[in-house]
Amino acid sequence: MSETRSETLVEFDDVLTRYEPVIGLETHVELGTESKMFCGCATTFGAEPNTQTCPVCLGLPGSLPVANAAAVESTIRIGLALGCRIASWSRFARKNYFYPDIPKGFQTSQYDEPLCTAGHLDVEVDGETYRVEIERVHLEEDTGKNLHVGGATGRIHGADHSLVDFNRAGIPLVEIVTRPVAGAGAKAPEVARAYVTELREIIQALGASDVRMEQGSLRCDVNTSLAPIGSLEWGTRTETKNVNSLRSVERSVRYEMRRQAAVLDAGGRVVQETRHFHEDTGSTSSGRSKEEATDYRYFPEPDLVPLAPDAEWIEKLAAGLPELPAARRRRLQEEWGLSATELTWLVNAGALGLVEQTVAAGATPADARKWWLGELARRANDAGVELADLAVTPAQVAELTALVAEGTINDKLARQALDGVLAGEGDPRAVVEARGLAVMGESDELVAAVEAAIAGAPDVVEKVRGGKVQALGALVGAVMKTTRGQADAATVRRMLEERVR
Amino acid sequence: MSTESTPDRGATPALGRQDIAHLARLARLAVTDEELDRFAGQLGAVLDAVAQVQRADAGDVAPTTHAVPLTNVLRPDVATPSLPRDVVLAGAPAAEDDRFRVPRILGEEE
Repeated sequence: MSETRSETLVEFDDVLTRYEPVIGLETHVELGTESKMFCGCATTFGAEPNTQTCPVCLGLPGSLPVANAAAVESTIRIGLALGCRIASWSRFARKNYFYPDIPKGFQTSQYDEPLCTAGHLDVEVDGETYRVEIERVHLEEDTGKNLHVGGATGRIHGADHSLVDFNRAGIPLVEIVTRPVAGAGAKAPEVARAYVTELREIIQALGASDVRMEQGSLRCDVNTSLAPIGSLEWGTRTETKNVNSLRSVERSVRYEMRRQAAVLDAGGRVVQETRHFHEDTGSTSSGRSKEEATDYRYFPEPDLVPLAPDAEWIEKLAAGLPELPAARRRRLQEEWGLSATELTWLVNAGALGLVEQTVAAGATPADARKWWLGELARRANDAGVELADLAVTPAQVAELTALVAEGTINDKLARQALDGVLAGEGDPRAVVEARGLAVMGESDELVAAVEAAIAGAPDVVEKVRGGKVQALGALVGAVMKTTRGQADAATVRRMLEERVR
Repeated sequence: MSTESTPDRGATPALGRQDIAHLARLARLAVTDEELDRFAGQLGAVLDAVAQVQRADAGDVAPTTHAVPLTNVLRPDVATPSLPRDVVLAGAPAAEDDRFRVPRILGEEE
């Protein structure tokens, strides 16, 4: 990209000899509610532009907002899952600024009285646990979407004008802000990534959002600063936006550490600013310098009454929390007898839930793991999709393993049955039937194939009779070929031995 | 527009021309030099009037932001019909491709 000048960077390992990184993360999560935060407009992703708006979310005069109960409860549940204190008194506030995607001239947010404060999230990197303190979790509303017209497609630079779609304006948005995380050293980039990964899993487990970074329902601002080692003061931080994948979270911290070290090494000062991450180059570039917080002229939202969750309400929500990801991982590791490394493989492959469901559908943990980490991982990789997006359900995988276990098919036929399932031909048992994949018993057809193989290779038969037993393999191969792999190799070998000896 | 400081201290709390210029910029209002002086005086008088409240002995009274003592007024999460798009866009100063058309946005990248 033209605005990304190549900047001086310090080697990553070199950065750590002189500086200690401090990171902080602000994560925005679009809640998966049916309706918007303060009005009844639907929240369907990808709807036709401006078909999900009304006087409230367009900020038309005289309209009045009413808070969405489900959004408030989701926010409290997220706070509880992060070990936060839930405020007994909490208010919305107006954050005033002008931007075309903010129809009201302010964003309804929370300021000094957020719903949840003082929590934490423990994340693991390379067997080491890092505690990320949570400063606050608050509830606000999303903005509309700008489409820049003219100039390079979709870019603001050189654009003639912009077009705004307000479907997203007013969708409930939860902001989760960490306290600064120091002491992670070389692991800082990975800790940042592990934090967002774990947060995403928690919110997914709560069912509060679909947390899809590529669709923007989870967005991350990554703060990075460097302090000289041994210094008591933290350095000036930058805030990197446009970080749209877990991998980018890690890369953006890494890049900022290397860039800021070069600035400091040269005797310069890091500018406090917003920076934009570029996926293609893995670099960041300077954005506008941020308006001072006081310039937002926050004040309590007069059109919404305070939230005052009582103990009973909070307890009810706490009691309804699902098993959280960390506890679930520990439980499954124990139940399936996995090593820490095996567990990590499953988690990193995104297969934990799939294996769990496959086991629940009757497969053994070993079979379920073998299929999801082996054949299915290969298919997903070939197709360039996530495991979960393959057109096969855990129940179907369990059925495949059952068919193999009962001897109806072998592994090779099972892979063909999987082809059928992925092609939408139905459940494995139906595919096996329709495609005629079942292992051949000692049928007339198989006897004929065995006898034909013997008759067709008198030299091999001689060798076997002469004591070269391993030559029998060639005959087994010939039979498997004529039967298109549908015979059971052990059966074929036994039948051949009976006839050759 | 000059934003030089001409401290224009009336009674407490004082508002200078600079403060007015800053507020005008945040509110996207074009204000002339003469208006800076006039508004500083007028807004100063307003603040003076409001400041009288601080003379009341209200040490044990919590600040009020709502006139009615209500909390937890919530609506169930149910989608209701939105406005038809042609009605929505009829109120827009300009529209294009079913969207609100706005002037070029300067100085920031999304």
